[in-house]
Amino acid sequence: MEKRWRVSSNPHVRSKVTTNGIMMAVVLALLPATGFGIYNFGFRALLHILITVASTVIMEFLFGLYKKKLTVTDLSAVVTGLLLALNLPVGAPLWMGALGGVFAILVVKMLFGGLGQNFMNPALAARCFLLISFPAQMTNFVCDAYTGATPLTALKAGEAVNVTDMILGRTAGTIGETSMIALIIGACFLILLGVIDLRIPGSYIVSFAVFVLLFGGRGLDLPYLSAQLAGGGLMLGAFFMATDYVTRPITVKGQYVFGIFLGIMTGIFRIFGPGAEGVSYAIILGNLLAPLIEKVTMPRAFGKGGAAHVRK
Amino acid sequence: MSKTNRPDSAGERLINGLIKENPTFVLMLGMCPTLAVTTSAINGFGMGATTLAVLALSNLIISLLRGIIPNKVRIPAFIVIIASFVTVVQLLLEAYIPFLNDALGVYIPLIVVNCIILGRAESYAYSHAPIPSLFDGIGMGLGFTVALTCIGAVRELLGTGEIFGFRVMPGAYTPIGIFVLAPGAFFVLAALCALQNYVKAKGARAGKDTGKIGSGCSEDCLNCGETGCGRRKFYDDSDDLVVEEL
Repeated sequence: MEKRWRVSSNPHVRSKVTTNGIMMAVVLALLPATGFGIYNFGFRALLHILITVASTVIMEFLFGLYKKKLTVTDLSAVVTGLLLALNLPVGAPLWMGALGGVFAILVVKMLFGGLGQNFMNPALAARCFLLISFPAQMTNFVCDAYTGATPLTALKAGEAVNVTDMILGRTAGTIGETSMIALIIGACFLILLGVIDLRIPGSYIVSFAVFVLLFGGRGLDLPYLSAQLAGGGLMLGAFFMATDYVTRPITVKGQYVFGIFLGIMTGIFRIFGPGAEGVSYAIILGNLLAPLIEKVTMPRAFGKGGAAHVRK
Repeated sequence: MSKTNRPDSAGERLINGLIKENPTFVLMLGMCPTLAVTTSAINGFGMGATTLAVLALSNLIISLLRGIIPNKVRIPAFIVIIASFVTVVQLLLEAYIPFLNDALGVYIPLIVVNCIILGRAESYAYSHAPIPSLFDGIGMGLGFTVALTCIGAVRELLGTGEIFGFRVMPGAYTPIGIFVLAPGAFFVLAALCALQNYVKAKGARAGKDTGKIGSGCSEDCLNCGETGCGRRKFYDDSDDLVVEEL
């Protein structure tokens, strides 16, 4: 008789979604912002991106050789490198992206066990590492295209900013953060593919907007609010970095809590902090809290616990 | 066994404190000053030397007084002895090396509650003779000094491009500022610990030397988790002790 059932251990249902596919989707979704960054800041931006991505990929490859377990083909190193490059100011020395890439892969990711084990978003941790190490170079946004401060710094100093330029991206800033439109196009692509959903970005952006309305000191000032939303790394952070599968909470409730926490922290950093920007620090702080949030919001297993279910 | 390896001899105590039970890299004691003051090699060395002086003298005195100190109030008694020496050392530093005193700041008085000193008093000096206790203090202090100087030197080198204030990196080197800040202390401590463990593990894999076993040879092969040792001791069927060289 023909064998109709095969006995095997779980999992019995396998999804067609692969790490590789997800990472590829994220890279594609980042292309509009990457392209706009190169158009905006010129050839040097492209150099930055190539060097940073090369450093993360080579580092992942070398560590794979050492551990005899090659993981470089899952493309996650490419995503890390690309995100890090998009977070660099174009005027930074070219070796800085390479140093950040090595730090992201070696210290933050591989030493903690590789993809899936990193306790912080590697790209953001590397950005904060560089920001603390080289504050002058990392906040030097002067380049050929734009001189002067980023819109957020100008906003903090009480100067007027051009919101249309900020939404299009024709402002100073890091390579990939300036264009809100390019980032939103990429984000829509990811949402349509089902790679990310709106839980974290939505709750992040809404809670940040509410925080600015309440504590921004400007009341219901729409240009100010939209400048805060379009400026800095909020869109890049909310859609591409806060949604990182490894470092966000996995519970649905937890993801809302995570997003709201990020919104409030970003608001505190931007409005009450000494600097103009706070998205990176807010997200890595949220990453550290993610296990705790998961623990608190873990749903009850079916049939377990709960006083109401105990028969009297 | 050679003479220096005899338990509780001066040489054995020094080696024990420096390498086998290095307070920073092996016992992981005294982390607070380790992380806080090692922003430069000279600060690390100063902190280590200060602790060495207090540790050696307090070990000696506690060992001398161990017959007099009542067991129930031994901790307060230790603290009084240690605090006296810390006060002496601090006044000396203030008088003769004021720049170091300023750099180390509050961490000098905090030596009183340094867990290495209290730990050695409790676990060694209170139950051993004065001379081994003195050398135990010196060995532990040296281990602490070497570790702090190493951490300080690496942090200073990466964070400012200098060692002991002398420029050693080429002029084009951009200092990585994070290494003189708090996170740098954790990076460097972890990296040096890993390096130390790597060397030790490599020696243990290749080695035939029980001295390379981190916790020291307990002479109890049945309950020894180490795999690097080249000898096995066991009792055979007729209860004779057999030492087998692998």
